[in-house]
Amino acid sequence: MASVALTNLDPASRAAARGWSDLTIRNLFIIPTLVFLIVFNIFPLIYSLGYSFTNFAANRAEPWQFVGLQNYRELLSDDHIWSNFVITAKYVIVSVAGQMIVGFGLALLLNRSFPMKGLITTLLLLPMMMSAAVVGLFWQLLYSPSWGPINYVLGLGDFAWLSNPDSALYAVAITDIWMWSPFVMLLSLAGLSAVPQHLYEAAAIDRAGWWYTFTRITLPLVSPILLIALIFRTMEAFKTFDIAYTMTTQPTAELIAIRLYKQAFQQWDTGKSCALAYIVLIMVLAITNLYVKYLNKVKER
Amino acid sequence: MAAVRTSSEVAFNRIAIAAVLIATLIFLAPIYWIASTAFKPKELAVSVPPTVLFEPEVTPFVRLFTKRVQMQKTVDPQAYEAAPWWEKRIYDGGERVLKVGKDVQLSQYPDRFMNSLIVAVISTVLAVGMGTFTAYGFSRFKIAGEADLLFFILSTRMLPPVVVAIPMFLMYRMVGLNDSHIGLIILYVAFNLSFSVWLMKGFMDEIPKEYEEAALVDGYTRMQAFFKIVLPEAATGIAATAVFCFITAWNEYAFALIMTNRRAQTAPPFIPSQIGSGLPDWTTIAAGTFLFLLPVAIFTFLLRNHLLRGVTFGAIRK
Repeated sequence: MASVALTNLDPASRAAARGWSDLTIRNLFIIPTLVFLIVFNIFPLIYSLGYSFTNFAANRAEPWQFVGLQNYRELLSDDHIWSNFVITAKYVIVSVAGQMIVGFGLALLLNRSFPMKGLITTLLLLPMMMSAAVVGLFWQLLYSPSWGPINYVLGLGDFAWLSNPDSALYAVAITDIWMWSPFVMLLSLAGLSAVPQHLYEAAAIDRAGWWYTFTRITLPLVSPILLIALIFRTMEAFKTFDIAYTMTTQPTAELIAIRLYKQAFQQWDTGKSCALAYIVLIMVLAITNLYVKYLNKVKER
Repeated sequence: MAAVRTSSEVAFNRIAIAAVLIATLIFLAPIYWIASTAFKPKELAVSVPPTVLFEPEVTPFVRLFTKRVQMQKTVDPQAYEAAPWWEKRIYDGGERVLKVGKDVQLSQYPDRFMNSLIVAVISTVLAVGMGTFTAYGFSRFKIAGEADLLFFILSTRMLPPVVVAIPMFLMYRMVGLNDSHIGLIILYVAFNLSFSVWLMKGFMDEIPKEYEEAALVDGYTRMQAFFKIVLPEAATGIAATAVFCFITAWNEYAFALIMTNRRAQTAPPFIPSQIGSGLPDWTTIAAGTFLFLLPVAIFTFLLRNHLLRGVTFGAIRK
């Protein structure tokens, strides 16, 4: 295709030297993006770092004062915040573990040829493409104690999934598992299909059992990609806001992102919320670092 | 697998396929519930036991798009006769459609839907446009500290939206960008840009350098080679990246919730806000949800071969 386009070239453009130098083009292509990200992502973060040392409240006109590390000290000794972190940890563990098990399980089942495999795989991937806030809202109807199909099918009577303080967090986690198991499934399928067939053939010749083949061949070869899925989902689950926010108002399901939102935009405790945002940010960046490290590792293979 | 398949292997295979089918039904059930509720008569949406099969009707969509009030007395038979079919459905439900003169008053839904469309389309064009150039730069030129820069770019994607939203809200308030399309577009471009750079870099890396080198030898400038050789080759990648960016912007909730409330509000914060107090009308909410999810479902099918690449920022390509 390239050779066709090359033949009829205006000689004038050839005379116009080589146009811009590669260096100019490189800078022209890359610098606007970097500037954009710095202006709209990094600068705001510097701005909020400044506010995190003040008692600024965005809904009041009175001048703010510099309070030093007081916000951070208060936050780190606040039992309420700690309980939000504990809730978030519980949520992350339950929902990510669920996604890994269901997603990898589905991938193992799908890893064979059968009619309409492509269609079924795509259908299974639908949940993760949809808006968590809107889908989460609709799960309220599914979970409804009086007319929800879930309770009807499971025969749970009028069990109130989302307004029961003990179950609200897990109900949200179940919805999250439904949404994101397909993600783990997609990655696992890629990992499974990359396992060389001759290893399985060799194992079959040696009359290796299913369990032996699974633990000695499948798992070790798929684990790098599973690790990526695990880290990515952990990071996303840690940041969860929309799905939990639209599904329930139970304090027992108040994730750290929801706490942050309330502190910033309902209580208008701006200075302190900036400090909390920084604590959350540092945790997220730590996981991001890990994620990119493993992503690059898999990429090199 | 092994050349000869034992009968137990065949049986296991069958069981696995049956399990896949059951799992698919379970995974699709909530989506079926949204879609079916959008076509249910009001009373069947909250029936006990839940209704699975029924005669579908489009009344929820009529309710979705119109402003209505409860009627105090029964409808005048003449007015009922004169009304178009969809208005009769509203009368049947004991409500009437609000009008200004002869014009039907629309609900807020079409506005919110349009806002979503405007913000998602414009932010996608900008993010993919900038991302394509930048990806080419990273793919073809030597850049000092390339890995660090790429990590920096990706890390902006990982920032929790609420964390970014706090300072952005304050800054937007100062310059009057709160509740504006532009404000939301800027945030979505920033959010999608890193994704677009990473994904496009993967696609660019796959276009052989030799194509442009041949063009350069033939006297093309670098820019001409980029526009005439590289961009056409990258068309599929650009399309896939654009669809991903569109879906992300279309679905985004936290920024939209914080930055918009009326004029520029998009569908994701609007749809849950319809719940309000009292008994929600789930059929109308489902109708709005159904129309909102439909484009994403269609795009998922178009994207099916690029999904893996998309969710791993281009790192895993199959």
